[in-house]
Amino acid sequence: MIRLVFLGKLADVAGGDTLELPAACDWAGLLAALPAALAEAVTASSTKVAVNGALVADKSGIVARHGDEVAFLPPVSGG
Amino acid sequence: MRDIRLLDRMFIPGTLIGPFTQANPGLGGVCTFVGEVRADQGVEALELSHYEPLTLPGMHELADRAFARFDLMGLLMVHRVALMQPGEPIVCVSAAALHRRDAIDAVDFCMDHLKSAAWFWKREKRADGWHWIEPCAADHADLARWG
Repeated sequence: MIRLVFLGKLADVAGGDTLELPAACDWAGLLAALPAALAEAVTASSTKVAVNGALVADKSGIVARHGDEVAFLPPVSGG
Repeated sequence: MRDIRLLDRMFIPGTLIGPFTQANPGLGGVCTFVGEVRADQGVEALELSHYEPLTLPGMHELADRAFARFDLMGLLMVHRVALMQPGEPIVCVSAAALHRRDAIDAVDFCMDHLKSAAWFWKREKRADGWHWIEPCAADHADLARWG
């Protein structure tokens, strides 16, 4: 099981804060498992990705394995 | 004295600033900024979400950079998450230093980074529903001042 976490406005696109994928996958496999609008939103250059709490420099190179948490982080706003 | 916190409920900045100031004996100056939820544009509520593995560690990294960049004795950085009402404090940054410029600039530095380079996502509730807020051009320009 792979846990996908959607932050900020991406949670609206995903219809919830989290999704689960049943099996390991690479970036292409992950995109293929998502609804088209969500795949497009996570592909945007402004969306950062963290795997198990660590930011990745090149999200297209990730391989999500069983037990991993992949977080999708849109532009931030605090204060 | 370093105090970095994420809080999920209402806080009263004065209850933090007093002890923080006391914890830095011999300081030459202390500068404090408190941000509150504005009631303008029909804002009924504000919600801040965060991502546990990144948000607080990121605030600690920001504090590290502030200590490296400015000559500080202490730094207090407190940020709210979850649901807030207009008038509630969102953020409180206080810096203690021997000299005022370090204290003032450290607070300015931390606030510019918390606004648009920290792991928070902010949305406002207005009469027509929730709206996600993204940093404006001025926020990006403020951040760029620090190089």
